[in-house]
Amino acid sequence: MAVVFDKPKALTDAPFHYCPGCTHGIVHRLIAEVIDELGIQGDTIAVASVGCSVMAYDYFDVDCVQAAHGRAPAVATGVKRSDPTKIVFTYQGDGDLAAIGTAETVHSAARRENITVIFINNAIYGMTGGQMAPTTLPGQVTQTSPYGRDVNTVGYPIKVCELLSGVDGAAYLERVSVHDVAHVKKAKAAIKKAFQNQIDGKGFSLVEILSTCPTNWGVSPQKALQWVESDMIPYYPLGVYKDIYAEEESK
Amino acid sequence: MGEKVLMKGNEAIAEAAIKAGCHHYFGYPITPQTEIAAYMSKRMPKIGGTFLQAESEVAAINMVIGVSSTGKRVMTSSSSPGVSLKSEGISYLAGCDLPALVVNVQRGGPGLGGIQPSQSDYFQATKGGSHGDYHNIVLAPASVQEMATLTQKGFELADKYRMVSMILADGTLGQMMEPVEIEEVSDNQIEKPWALTGTGMKREHNIVNSLYLKPDLLEKKNIERFEKYKLVEENEVMYEEYMLDDADICVVAFGISSRVARNAVNMARAQGIKVGLLRPITLWPFPKKPLFEASKHCKAFISVEMNMGQMIQDIELAIRCSRPVYLCNRTGGMIPSPDEVLQKIVEVNNGGAK
Amino acid sequence: MSTLNILYAGFGGQGILFSGKFVAYDGLIAGKQVSWLPSYGPEMRGGTANCSVIISDDPIGSPIVEKPDVLVAMNLPSLDKYENEVVPGGKIFVDSSLIERKVERTDVDVFYIPATKIANEKKIPTLANMIITGKMIKEVSELSLDNMDTVLSKIVSARHKDLLEVNKDAVRTGYDYE
Repeated sequence: MAVVFDKPKALTDAPFHYCPGCTHGIVHRLIAEVIDELGIQGDTIAVASVGCSVMAYDYFDVDCVQAAHGRAPAVATGVKRSDPTKIVFTYQGDGDLAAIGTAETVHSAARRENITVIFINNAIYGMTGGQMAPTTLPGQVTQTSPYGRDVNTVGYPIKVCELLSGVDGAAYLERVSVHDVAHVKKAKAAIKKAFQNQIDGKGFSLVEILSTCPTNWGVSPQKALQWVESDMIPYYPLGVYKDIYAEEESK
Repeated sequence: MGEKVLMKGNEAIAEAAIKAGCHHYFGYPITPQTEIAAYMSKRMPKIGGTFLQAESEVAAINMVIGVSSTGKRVMTSSSSPGVSLKSEGISYLAGCDLPALVVNVQRGGPGLGGIQPSQSDYFQATKGGSHGDYHNIVLAPASVQEMATLTQKGFELADKYRMVSMILADGTLGQMMEPVEIEEVSDNQIEKPWALTGTGMKREHNIVNSLYLKPDLLEKKNIERFEKYKLVEENEVMYEEYMLDDADICVVAFGISSRVARNAVNMARAQGIKVGLLRPITLWPFPKKPLFEASKHCKAFISVEMNMGQMIQDIELAIRCSRPVYLCNRTGGMIPSPDEVLQKIVEVNNGGAK
Repeated sequence: MSTLNILYAGFGGQGILFSGKFVAYDGLIAGKQVSWLPSYGPEMRGGTANCSVIISDDPIGSPIVEKPDVLVAMNLPSLDKYENEVVPGGKIFVDSSLIERKVERTDVDVFYIPATKIANEKKIPTLANMIITGKMIKEVSELSLDNMDTVLSKIVSARHKDLLEVNKDAVRTGYDYE
């Protein structure tokens, strides 16, 4: 019988611990497929962060280091500077990348550090049980914004791609989503480009992926996917925010 | 043998590190250690190494984690408030069993404190300093030459035991110049099969990690680590004795304080007082045994420290409180004078010390 | 000699640390134990600066000079602060173009030299420190000019080789000052 669907080589056999309907699994798979397709598994080093994906080191069949909360880009900087021939990527959530690790995010971009950052934005702190994230939408109810995020007291969400597009060092920034098949395909293309950029020495590339957290959003997986489309995408528009090489070519 | 040159202690640390094969340095400016970063920024580009001024101390120590996880020698340096910021990363280094060299050129604290020399980070350095069950190897140089040799020793021990070696210096040692000779030492004695070098599709993937969600596993890990620490305590204690053989009084001091104390011991000996000096070179592991031995013939101990009295507790433990231990200290960036230490020795000798 | 404790003191910017380094290196080349310790911090930007130099036949204990055998005072606050710390029989070198008062101690040897004035006249205004150092070398028996060329080549950075001769000239001027 012909194999029509198989596990990418860059994933281990360990079963994911993620909740039903969570899109971490999809993104893991996309990254692994890209690693397979680019033939870089033996040269890739992953930097796991703190959040639901903390145990990503068990899932990616590449050398891995687990970083402290928010520090993945700094750890990745060290790894990459130690051996620039290796392909180094971080996998970070919104709390990790856009709250506690904001400085590391901005400065690794400013240095045009030749790394790939995969940023999962699901508008909530998942691992600790659903608290307000830096990307929680205005009015969104979470455990620590029980009356809905009040921008007058806790401020506005951080729009990471928009923020970083003002940083000269950032080479490639794209926001994608994985709420349906068409968008999953686009997300994979963006991830692939972010890795290819690193192989080509083009510098800091970040892909922001709008993701779901049905458990902490308190909705069904299906509703969660719908909410990404109806509520998240209007606030976080998809698209390429920066691609300095494409800009140069078009000149 | 090379030529002796006059160098600042901070510069000696930097050059010694490079000569020990450390080609990656990450730091952030803070007085009184900035010469280390300045020196590295000059030298590293010339040898194809990395000098990176990070956005914070926190980022710098995490960059150290990155390089260390690939198996290469790496260091960072700072001064007291900056080392507090690095402590999170130091705990992760310990939890991941990663080797690294961290330099603390101490200044007065707490808080922003001052910029003058101090030894008030003794507790932080020797008792862990960050969260979790762990130790650093803590080396306390007392001369510019030792700033160099203990830096190189620090790398060796860090690799051997997969631990953080900390150089606990102070502003005086960092800023002063003395003749120093720095040798090239080998950095490739120890295999690092755990390092992240890419699997090359030839081996299982390596994981550098400090997360153990199952408590029984974490307990096992911690117990194993403490078995390693026991070996360090058995094999790596370093100290220096000065005129201690016939001494009735034992002065204990490390780093710059030990040099002041040595002057005082000479002055007291000239007055006929039988006093000696025990200088811990490793603060962790602490020289418990030699202190215990000294307690067999010394009727009293004096701890000379530039803090409110921190090492004194370790002395009392080492001698099991069998003899009185007096404190002779200055703090806040002040350095005790040989006269002050002499006065304390005389008081203790006359049995009138408090 | 067993141990010579020298304290240089003046304003930041007067080259206090540099001349201290010059004397320390001289000791090193002569095969002695030496230490050099600056005051550090904001002083570098124009406040008071001082520098302890110890040259000894024996291992040096504390590098901090509290009771100098030799004091070089390059401004009034420094003389006020350290005059009484000099050991009896010690030597004080005073830049008399910047310090108007006389040394009050009678148990020390005092040398007045208008180093800053001479430096200005010779159009080497930044080298008063080396002029007064020259005088010190002349008067302190433990020091000599024998290795001056070597010492200067060690401490004058490669980028400023043109400064070697002017430094030598400054030291000589002080050395020959009567």
